[in-house]
Amino acid sequence: MSNAKHNDSLLRFMTCGSVDDGKSTLIGRLLFDTKSILADTLTQMDRTSKKRGLEAVDLSLLTDGLQAEREQGITIDVAYRYFSTGTRKYIIADAPGHEQYTRNMVTAASTANLAIILIDARKGVLTQTRRHSFLAHLVGIPHIVVAINKMDLVDFDQATFEKIKADYLSFAEQIGLQRAGRDIQVVPLSALTGDMLVDRGDAMDWYQGPTMLEILESAPAAHSEQNEPFRFPVQFVCRPHASDDPELHDFRGFMGRVESGEIAVGDAVTVLPNGYTSKVKAIQLGEEQLKTAITEQSVTLLLEDEIDTSRGDMIVKSDQAPEAVKQISGMVCWLSETPLSPARTYVIRHTTRESKAKVGEIEYKVDVNTLEQLPTQGLAMNDIAKINFKLAQPLMVDSYSKNRATGAFIVIDESTNNTVGAGMII
Amino acid sequence: MMTTANKTTLSHLDWLEAEAIHILREVAGQCSNPVLLFSGGKDSLCILRLAEKAFRPGRFPFPLMHIDTGHNYKEVIEFRDQRAAELGERLIVRSVEDSMKRGTVVLKSEDESRNKHQSVTLLEAIEEFGFDCCIGGARRDEEKARAKERIMSFRDEFGQWDPKNQRPELWNLYNARSHKGENIRAFPISNWTEMDVWQYIEREKLGLPSIYFAHQRDVVMRAGSIVPVNVPLASGEVINQPKAGEEIINMQVRFRTVGDITCTAPVISDADNVTKIVLETATTTITERGATRLDDQTSDASMEQRKKEGYF
Ligand SMILES: Nc1nc2c(ncn2[C@@H]2O[C@H](COP(=O)(O)OP(=O)(O)O)[C@@H](O)[C@H]2O)c(=O)[nH]1
Repeated sequence: MSNAKHNDSLLRFMTCGSVDDGKSTLIGRLLFDTKSILADTLTQMDRTSKKRGLEAVDLSLLTDGLQAEREQGITIDVAYRYFSTGTRKYIIADAPGHEQYTRNMVTAASTANLAIILIDARKGVLTQTRRHSFLAHLVGIPHIVVAINKMDLVDFDQATFEKIKADYLSFAEQIGLQRAGRDIQVVPLSALTGDMLVDRGDAMDWYQGPTMLEILESAPAAHSEQNEPFRFPVQFVCRPHASDDPELHDFRGFMGRVESGEIAVGDAVTVLPNGYTSKVKAIQLGEEQLKTAITEQSVTLLLEDEIDTSRGDMIVKSDQAPEAVKQISGMVCWLSETPLSPARTYVIRHTTRESKAKVGEIEYKVDVNTLEQLPTQGLAMNDIAKINFKLAQPLMVDSYSKNRATGAFIVIDESTNNTVGAGMII
Repeated sequence: MMTTANKTTLSHLDWLEAEAIHILREVAGQCSNPVLLFSGGKDSLCILRLAEKAFRPGRFPFPLMHIDTGHNYKEVIEFRDQRAAELGERLIVRSVEDSMKRGTVVLKSEDESRNKHQSVTLLEAIEEFGFDCCIGGARRDEEKARAKERIMSFRDEFGQWDPKNQRPELWNLYNARSHKGENIRAFPISNWTEMDVWQYIEREKLGLPSIYFAHQRDVVMRAGSIVPVNVPLASGEVINQPKAGEEIINMQVRFRTVGDITCTAPVISDADNVTKIVLETATTTITERGATRLDDQTSDASMEQRKKEGYF
């Protein structure tokens, strides 16, 4: 808020914690200490705090939910918050930590590049810490920050911190977080007093590592640090049909977003699933002509040759084509109150492409608390299982661990049009 | 354990722009009869610019539509028409006054704000044209009830938003499917803040209705808010007469948001260009709605309530 700098980056992160771990207080303080809460909101929070008999402003009020939730005393959904430090803009996905809301965590995690996992310093690593870590891992969040909160309640004791840190790292080893190349940092803090959040404070001089905000400021904005292959799902084809304009007469622009990798004018490309090959003639963004386009950029590609292409096709570099498959196997999180019915046909949306799909086999389901693999016939809301699907149309896929954009899919129930499942291709 | 950034990534404005273009193209790709709600206000002007970047050199794959309360600032209405004409895109205008004539909107009193009645006119227009998706400029940072809003928000046959019956939205795999009669509201700038909007206007050099910039205006102070008075409409009618005993003050003000005259308040400002507004936004201490909306302050939950009733 305090700075109007333009050339900065954006980081999406999520917070996970069980009820009362201090998630709302942490978010509230981040916003407060970065001066992102404006006066009228503060006044209103102050008023509500006083009404509830509190002495100081309760920062957790900032993330207080909707009326429907307040009535039921629960948070039912992912809420998004924003703040900016002048060097970076942040989008926080705030997902409630209740057991029954695995689906919300998975939803929030799907767009996050960093997860803050809260641990109450008095309690240490709990079942829910394991669950949150497993889910963050499953959905491929590259940066994990373990925030050991409420340090003020354990006298800012270093030994307590070191023990919880060691416990966590050994658990992380078990579930393969380090092996998968995840970046894990552990930071002691007090969301209530603000120590080690934005300011270091003076209660924990024994801690030499970065503060929470420093970690956020320096985390890479890119989802993957690897060089990923170029993937360009076609969203829309632009054919102006301007017969009177010689420049536009044959214009055929393939519009989409670079989901991964990079492309440059002159690159050899293949259009899937048909396999036609051509070269990139031009890359446009509005009236601008670009020489290259990078990951997450929305552009229009023009090709040298006239190729019949429509929404759902994928443009790739000819030497990095993905597989076109009619069967996929993936970890699926069930999102709907209506259980999965193995007999039914569903629609799978993958990038801009859709296919009818039938459940082949449910190999096992995962107990998100013990991480045990259990046999199962069906799938209910919040279950996570390994499932095979048979597809009516080929999809051009990569494994989720290699490519988040072309490894992810959603399952749609055509009778209600609801999104009922979220899948990650193995 | 820190990995260092070795990849080029988009700046935050470029990222927001790319996301919004992607959303607009998903609407075009998935919906059969979408419409872009365009008021002439700053958020919808950003969306028009994004639509240009998304679809040019083609035409927009949707018409523009304004639900006019009949109580809009004439500067905004003129700007709306001018912009639509410059773009060469079709503009549909439906007015709350027509709904009043039909009897589908009944005001409790002559001077009741027509703002919330826009919902009725919007639903009538959706039915008239058979639109399956309305693209709007709402942002999640505007208000609490919006923080959980989807980018593709599902509305039932009565235009109602049920917070418990929304589709989970994962990755950038948007689901804009609907059955006949149902409707999707798509919000391409969900993730933008007021600051992002002003920075984008500055960067893209977008024109705006003049009342966004500091100007002299007759106002009265009413219950702690600045209320514009004696406002002339395009029709020549003058509305918002001061009440007995109110003292008219001529002040230098600008609008942070331009909605229905009866419920939009200006702020005191000498920012007469976009750069100054960006600076002022960076140092302001009051939220956009807190400062400028006369209708949201009744209760914490008033926006949530209106959305359930089909408000945009
Ligand atoms: N002493 C202390 N209390 C804290 C800290 N963080 C949060 N709390 C308190 O713990 C309670 C639960 O916090 P809240 O943020 O609402 O938890 P949430 O349910 O995870 O969102 C509140 O009473 C907070 O004031 C901390 O660092 N130290």
